[in-house]
Amino acid sequence: MNATQILFWFLSGLTLFSAIMVVISKNPVHSVLWLIVTFFAISGHYILLNAQFIGIVNLIVYAGAIMVLFLFVIMLMNLNAHSEPQKHKWLKLAGILAGGCLMLVLVAALKTADQNKMIAQTQEGNIGLIENLGKALFTEYVVPFEISSVLFLSAMVGAVVIGKKGD
Amino acid sequence: MFLVVEWQFIVEKLVLIVAVVMISLVIAMYETYMERKVAAFLQDRRGPSRAGPFGILQPVADGLKLFMKEEIIPNNSNKFLFILGPCLAMMTAMMTSAVIPWGGTIDFFGYPVSLQVADINIGILFIFGVVSMGVYGIMIGGWASNNKFSLIAALRGASQVISYELPMGLALIALLMVTGSLKMSVIVGQQADSWYNVLYQPLGFMIFFVCALAECNRTPFDLPEAENELNFGYHQEYSSMKLGFYLFAEYINMFISSVVMSTLFFGGYDIPFINDVNLGHSIGANWLAVLQAMSLFFKTVSFIFLFMWIRWTIPRFRYDQLMNLGWKTLIPLSLINMLITAVVVLWLKK
Amino acid sequence: MQLLTNRAQLVDRKPMTFIERLYLWNIAKGMIITFSHLFKKKPTINYPEQKRPFSPVFRGLHILNRDEEGRERCTACGLCAVACPAEAITMEAAERKNGEENLYREEKYAARYEINMLRCIFCGLCEEACPKDAIYLSETFAPANFQRKGFIYGKPDLLIPHPIEKPEEYKKALGNRVVREVQ
Repeated sequence: MNATQILFWFLSGLTLFSAIMVVISKNPVHSVLWLIVTFFAISGHYILLNAQFIGIVNLIVYAGAIMVLFLFVIMLMNLNAHSEPQKHKWLKLAGILAGGCLMLVLVAALKTADQNKMIAQTQEGNIGLIENLGKALFTEYVVPFEISSVLFLSAMVGAVVIGKKGD
Repeated sequence: MFLVVEWQFIVEKLVLIVAVVMISLVIAMYETYMERKVAAFLQDRRGPSRAGPFGILQPVADGLKLFMKEEIIPNNSNKFLFILGPCLAMMTAMMTSAVIPWGGTIDFFGYPVSLQVADINIGILFIFGVVSMGVYGIMIGGWASNNKFSLIAALRGASQVISYELPMGLALIALLMVTGSLKMSVIVGQQADSWYNVLYQPLGFMIFFVCALAECNRTPFDLPEAENELNFGYHQEYSSMKLGFYLFAEYINMFISSVVMSTLFFGGYDIPFINDVNLGHSIGANWLAVLQAMSLFFKTVSFIFLFMWIRWTIPRFRYDQLMNLGWKTLIPLSLINMLITAVVVLWLKK
Repeated sequence: MQLLTNRAQLVDRKPMTFIERLYLWNIAKGMIITFSHLFKKKPTINYPEQKRPFSPVFRGLHILNRDEEGRERCTACGLCAVACPAEAITMEAAERKNGEENLYREEKYAARYEINMLRCIFCGLCEEACPKDAIYLSETFAPANFQRKGFIYGKPDLLIPHPIEKPEEYKKALGNRVVREVQ
């Protein structure tokens, strides 16, 4: 057991624990905060994989911006444990069914993949470093990259249109 | 076994971390004193002058007062989050100092010690990420107090910080095009023998500076706590040292952002007008490191003074003006700046 | 609109030009103004160490005067109490006994003389009303107190020190003002 392994197990445990807490917390604000902890733990995993850029961007974008907006909405809606609407019994059943199906698919997919032979490379490999990532994005994957940026642009235009409607 | 590995390394970093944290705390303490003195002098007053000679012990007295005050936790607040808020604010403020190079390498009895806690290759992005975490201290504190005014002030503060992060990031991108690296030590090294980045990026620096004012909640952008117009802000329900933590975190933020600006745009620990390497040969590496740290300190204090000077000169923005400035002026300007920089960099490379 | 003076300026409501809307020049101007104040002389007076001289017409705490031989001037005529608009003065008269001639100048004197400093408005009408030049307002003000009764000044608080036994304190209490009036 070296330092990397200890960190890996700690971060994995933290990720799973906080992810479960996201689901079972009564208070939505607590859920969001646990989700932020999850993002931190996942960023830690990225850094263990020597992908510092992805790790920090994960923090900036998800924990720093998107979760803040989540918090905004939840704080303004004033959702409490008391005001949580009672969900229908059949709805709960449908939720369990859908979740179970997703899990089935994931397990099946992981079973067929040669997971056993692949070991996560910690502290080596440098595709996650900013230079290599940039090169890969702008040469090999330039078309998907540009397409996704067009997607974001259209989303931005859509947001502006929706925002302007009120005037 | 990892515990045996490089105990020297661990001790070195621990000492550095403790030193940096202590220095930031002491500087933040004396920033409060400096703020009061600068305010007084700009208004033809004398400022604190009773505690010690020239009132030099005033920050100690202020801190002691905050510790002695009664601690009040509102009944209907969320106690855990109420305490977590100031802790987060303080923690994020302190974390930023990890990647800043405070000086060159010193020679500690044959063991080279770099005056930087972590020279990671995403240096600037790390600062940026930690700054974006700073919002949580504000929001959690404001929400957990269970007070409408605190909540609204927290929302004001958070939306201000998020809005001004965008032009700040765009201004940074233009700077990174010039430097070509995110490593703080490399950025400083590049400026050491040539011009400072502010000459390449004057507009970028202006935008960055304005955004830094907004990120630190300094006047003219101190809307989260417009104490004489709106209300006391997100820390309205706080008392004692928890309030002190919030106020202190702001001063630490101001210190750190001054250091970041000196590092990115004004050459960091480089001593201006002097070739550092030649000087190092004549007086030795350790004295050079001390001089360099002094140089960075001087630049930082000048920035802090500028922050205070602005605070006591310019009145506060209205909230819509703040948003207009951020979204309709600074973002287009920084985009234009980015575009021009990109074109020039490409043209020079050909 | 008719201008009252030739210095008045009409408000200019022209839309601002682009340069003006940048505000940079105006910000710089403001910054220079505040910076120049760094080097100005501070008008502050460090109070307990430095004290500002009182104006000669300052009306402060009352003093019951004595004559040159140290006898109390007051004869308890009550004119000051009548003149007082705030009704702050109360007194009790007594007759001078034999052997007390070196204490009281007139045959009647004030056995009790009290001024409520919380009521007093320091108008100085008592001073004007006094036919014997026995009461006047000095150049100090009432110090703070935690209790109401601390503000009711009796004869021991008001009487001026004896001019022969304690000449220095007498001079100090007399201040500049009475010297001028006596001369």
